[in-house]
Amino acid sequence: MTTRPHPATSASPGLMTRLLRARELTLVALLVLLLAVTGAINPRFLGAQSLRDLLLNVAIIALVVVGQTIVLLMRHVDLSVSSVVGLTAFLTGSLFVAYPGVPVPLAMLFGLLLGAVLGSVNGWLVAYGKVPALVATLGTLYVFRGVDYAIVHGRQINAANLPAPFLNFATGSVLGVPNLVLLVLALMIGFGIYLNSYRGGREYYAIGSNTEAATLAGVNVNRRTMTGFILSGAIAGFAGVLYLARYGTVDATAGTGLELQVIAAAVVGGVSINGGVGTLLGAGTGALLLGVIGSALVTLRAPAFYQQAIQGALLLLAISVDALLARRTARRLQEGSRR
Amino acid sequence: MKQLRASLGWEATILGLVVLALLGGALLSPDFLTASNLSFLVANLAEVALMALTMTLLVIVAEIDLSVASILGMCSSLLGLLWASHVPMPLALLLVLGAGALAGGLNGLLVTRLGLPSLAVTIGTLALYRGLAYAMLGDRAIADFPQTYTNLGFGNIPGTQIPLPIALFVVLALITAVVLHATAFGRSLYAIGANEVAARFAGLRVERVKLILFVLSGLMSALAGIVFTFRFSSARADNGAGLELSVIAAVLLGGVSIFGGRGSVVGAVAAVFLIGVINGALTIVDVSNEILTIVTGLLLIGSVLVPNLLARVRAARERRALLRREPG
Repeated sequence: MTTRPHPATSASPGLMTRLLRARELTLVALLVLLLAVTGAINPRFLGAQSLRDLLLNVAIIALVVVGQTIVLLMRHVDLSVSSVVGLTAFLTGSLFVAYPGVPVPLAMLFGLLLGAVLGSVNGWLVAYGKVPALVATLGTLYVFRGVDYAIVHGRQINAANLPAPFLNFATGSVLGVPNLVLLVLALMIGFGIYLNSYRGGREYYAIGSNTEAATLAGVNVNRRTMTGFILSGAIAGFAGVLYLARYGTVDATAGTGLELQVIAAAVVGGVSINGGVGTLLGAGTGALLLGVIGSALVTLRAPAFYQQAIQGALLLLAISVDALLARRTARRLQEGSRR
Repeated sequence: MKQLRASLGWEATILGLVVLALLGGALLSPDFLTASNLSFLVANLAEVALMALTMTLLVIVAEIDLSVASILGMCSSLLGLLWASHVPMPLALLLVLGAGALAGGLNGLLVTRLGLPSLAVTIGTLALYRGLAYAMLGDRAIADFPQTYTNLGFGNIPGTQIPLPIALFVVLALITAVVLHATAFGRSLYAIGANEVAARFAGLRVERVKLILFVLSGLMSALAGIVFTFRFSSARADNGAGLELSVIAAVLLGGVSIFGGRGSVVGAVAAVFLIGVINGALTIVDVSNEILTIVTGLLLIGSVLVPNLLARVRAARERRALLRREPG
């Protein structure tokens, strides 16, 4: 039980938002700096093809981050997303194998609904079974992946099994921007507005900031928790479909380890693991920043082996700076209210 | 007292399940309960069992260390690198243990000095330490360890079927159990986990205790890395990847509460063996790994869900009984 200082001054929301905006600005500045420096050293980094690949790689992670952010806001966590991505990617592929004529939107809907069903298992365990999210989703991380292995049984879905319109959707683009990126961007903006401006969205913040207060204010915490996990599952399911479309080849290991990248992106983007704090704009920027660092390292011919270490160090740096800033702000606010 | 009884009940349940799994394995195959099979099965648990000991202590103070398997990999790589550069083995082993303690210390400093959540910190160091392992060895494997040392990894105590790494584990488990359950330091862990603010007011040096536990966790992971390297006679950067989830699953399944303040060494150790025996029983009848993965996940969820549901049924029954007693 750690209680963070709650500033009670009327000026605090303004300062708080200003700080958060500053955080996103810092990330964007870092991003621009990184792009500029890497581009100066190797101009091909800023070439159309290179940027396209970068965005495509980030798109799927950024999508899963949306659901994870919603769950993190409630002070929960969803570790099972990687298994959901893997399972829906393979089953959607199997759907195409079994019924080659299935329309693409229907297949997408299938992946989405499958993800929602898997997410509802997490939601039920956390909301009604009162199992801590870490335990529940660590368990389903295993169970869903096990089911995936059992179904896949050493087989593989190849691009040859998939209909051309489906693969074309992933590789196609509008005005040079890949469809996949546009789609993910649209979803991020939609969810961003929902979280920011709608009652349902604000309730996620309320639950994460103070669950008891949210209950007293009339929030149906269990139902909201359930919805949050279903959303996270559905989004991960949809990401699984896009994963299949993007890579074409899927086996039982698809998406393994994704959960840590997703949580890292959210945390770097300023979403607090203690709930109640963070925006999708920040989380998305966090995902982009990690993606840019990854491909910058490749472009700069840093051995691939160093990448993980640098990403880890960066995550630590981001959360440390964040903690120091938050502490300084809290102190300043306290001094302010005393005056 | 009630809580103690409840947790002991849980440990008895897990131990009962271990016996059931052993019997089940014996029914599945006559070869299952042979000394050599059991010895092999138990040896496979060595690293997870070792790391589960210190993870138990950390979870009791309501912290977590997701970086243990990465420290294992980093230390395994370092050991390989040092040996390949002709550093004498005893010195190499000391350096590796030091590196593990240092890695754990960094986790601990970030958690205690900056007040960061250990979940976020160790997700970061999970990537950092694994990355350092790759930076050291890349995708090379170093395998030419002297036989004297690899014998320590896959040998048995002379004249028995008890694997040496498990003998080491038993000694460390006993020490951990005594420290946790019979010393003031051990009691202070429960106090911190149950209510950190109260523990602080009671004069416990919460930060220092947590820092010590993180260092111990790093040290134990280094030891697990040494055992892993000698047992497979191979130092590789990806050694032990993903084991952190097995360790945490075992600790939670063993009845250690993720919210801190509750759990025991016996429970965690019993859970490690339960997972290991089920694993062994299923592999002997050629049940694939995927079923084991599912079983592990279900056990983990069930270990928290079943007691919760039972408590709720009991509460509902008491409420009904109360209503019946008050007419109107």
